[in-house]
Amino acid sequence: MAKITTLKAAVSELIDNGDSVALEGFTHLIPYAAGHEIIRQKKQDLTIIRMTPDVIYDQLIGMGCVRKMIFSWGGNPGVGSLYRFRDAVEKGWPQPLEIEEHSHADMANAYEAGAANLPFATLRAYIGCDLPKYNRTIKQIECPFTGEKLAAVPAIRPDVTVIHAQQADRKGNVLLWGIVGVQKQAVLAAKKVIVTVEEVVDKLEPHANQTVIPGWVIDAVCEIPGGAFPSYAQGYSTRNNAFYQQWDVIARDRETFSLWMERHVLDTENFAQFKDSIGVRSVA
Amino acid sequence: MNAQYSSSEMMTIAASRLLQNGQVCFVGIGQPSAAANLARLTSTPDIVLIYESGTIGTKPDVLPLSIGDGELSETADLVVSVPEMFRYWLQGGHVDIGFLGAAQIDRFANINTTVIGDYNNPKVRLPGAGGAPEISTNCKEILIILKQSSRAFVEQLSFITSPGFMEGGDSREEAGLTNKGPVAVITDLGVLEPDPVTKELVMTHLHDGVTVDQARESTGWDLKFADHLQTTELPTDEELKVLRDLNERTAKAHAGAE
Repeated sequence: MAKITTLKAAVSELIDNGDSVALEGFTHLIPYAAGHEIIRQKKQDLTIIRMTPDVIYDQLIGMGCVRKMIFSWGGNPGVGSLYRFRDAVEKGWPQPLEIEEHSHADMANAYEAGAANLPFATLRAYIGCDLPKYNRTIKQIECPFTGEKLAAVPAIRPDVTVIHAQQADRKGNVLLWGIVGVQKQAVLAAKKVIVTVEEVVDKLEPHANQTVIPGWVIDAVCEIPGGAFPSYAQGYSTRNNAFYQQWDVIARDRETFSLWMERHVLDTENFAQFKDSIGVRSVA
Repeated sequence: MNAQYSSSEMMTIAASRLLQNGQVCFVGIGQPSAAANLARLTSTPDIVLIYESGTIGTKPDVLPLSIGDGELSETADLVVSVPEMFRYWLQGGHVDIGFLGAAQIDRFANINTTVIGDYNNPKVRLPGAGGAPEISTNCKEILIILKQSSRAFVEQLSFITSPGFMEGGDSREEAGLTNKGPVAVITDLGVLEPDPVTKELVMTHLHDGVTVDQARESTGWDLKFADHLQTTELPTDEELKVLRDLNERTAKAHAGAE
């Protein structure tokens, strides 16, 4: 049953050094505040999982929290490279980063297999693609009925999944809408779950077929208004595309990056203070 | 006719003309998205645009910076989860055209968006596969758009992220792929199409003012030209106006979120 708590307490109690952690979100609803709290608490040796690692994973990698990343597209969407990710892969800074790389279709299926408590997923994929040569977790199997050759990939079962959503009620039931990505699958595939929300309300009023995740599959719910910044929460905020463009400059240089992180993340207590420190309160 | 336009505008316009009304098009972010939306706003108003974030039938007023901008979900006919997108809609066989960009391409239209140099010790680490490998093998046909240069059009790819015609000839079918594969590569210099037998990309169109030598110098392999090499029709006033209005709205929207 979900406990409504602070993000500080949730990250401290539920994420251990060495855990595999999926902070999911497909451009929309990315749990930035939770990523910052992981950095503030100096978690180490994490395996981070996400289809589309973006700026928050760049920050986790650059701050030395990460041993391994499992992913399918690692870039700054619409802008270009993730320089901290590249520096770790190309030059081993601040420490070498092991990567396990897939395609989107693969990871979407693998999360679904995790949620369905299956050992693996099967899909029509990877013919003519070089990824299976380098990622030995991608296998080929034969359909027992038709003989067709299909790809097989292990299910994703994160130790902890973290997502951001629009609303929760006081029992910790969570409502999200808009681009919902792979979050429901990632939640149901995980051993432990943290959800940050824009607001806690007395009563959720979902439209038919909106995504509701019951509180009894969630461990902690934390109210963090604007907690997806510079990503967004539909109905609450818009994507701050200008920040993603600014990140290109901040992350390019090790020293600029380190100073920025120290000043705005390590030296602030929480996400509200972080946003104050970079002067974005008005748009969040 | 309007003589004042950039090579980048010509590329987007030439690409937009290859889409047909009523098609269902799986759109990559960036150049493919610009061309597909230009088509939707000009010649193919009924085209169905799909972005891998789960937005189907989307009609953005400004070009999205990311694959999941709010503009895409707010203007979509439906928004589905990412597993549903890849399993039911793409693998399910509902998409006519996959429209991809690339960092590098070879003569058989194989594309690389993963790494330059050795995979385990890369010179340049690129973002990776995203949806492209399965877009390229599960859509009925593929269009590819990228600027033509000897750094992008290479003799040998470091890594094949998404297959085109693999080794050429029948190798794609022999590997078990049943879709048609790439039908055209649109660049800032012209259009390349696969030879029906060898599947090697052949330059079939040059944009107005582009020379054969220029195209050859911008290609890392010994580029072949069609016997009846054609000149791309100039942009119409309407195409240019719609594209420029779209770009202007887009620039304003993305700069607005300070």
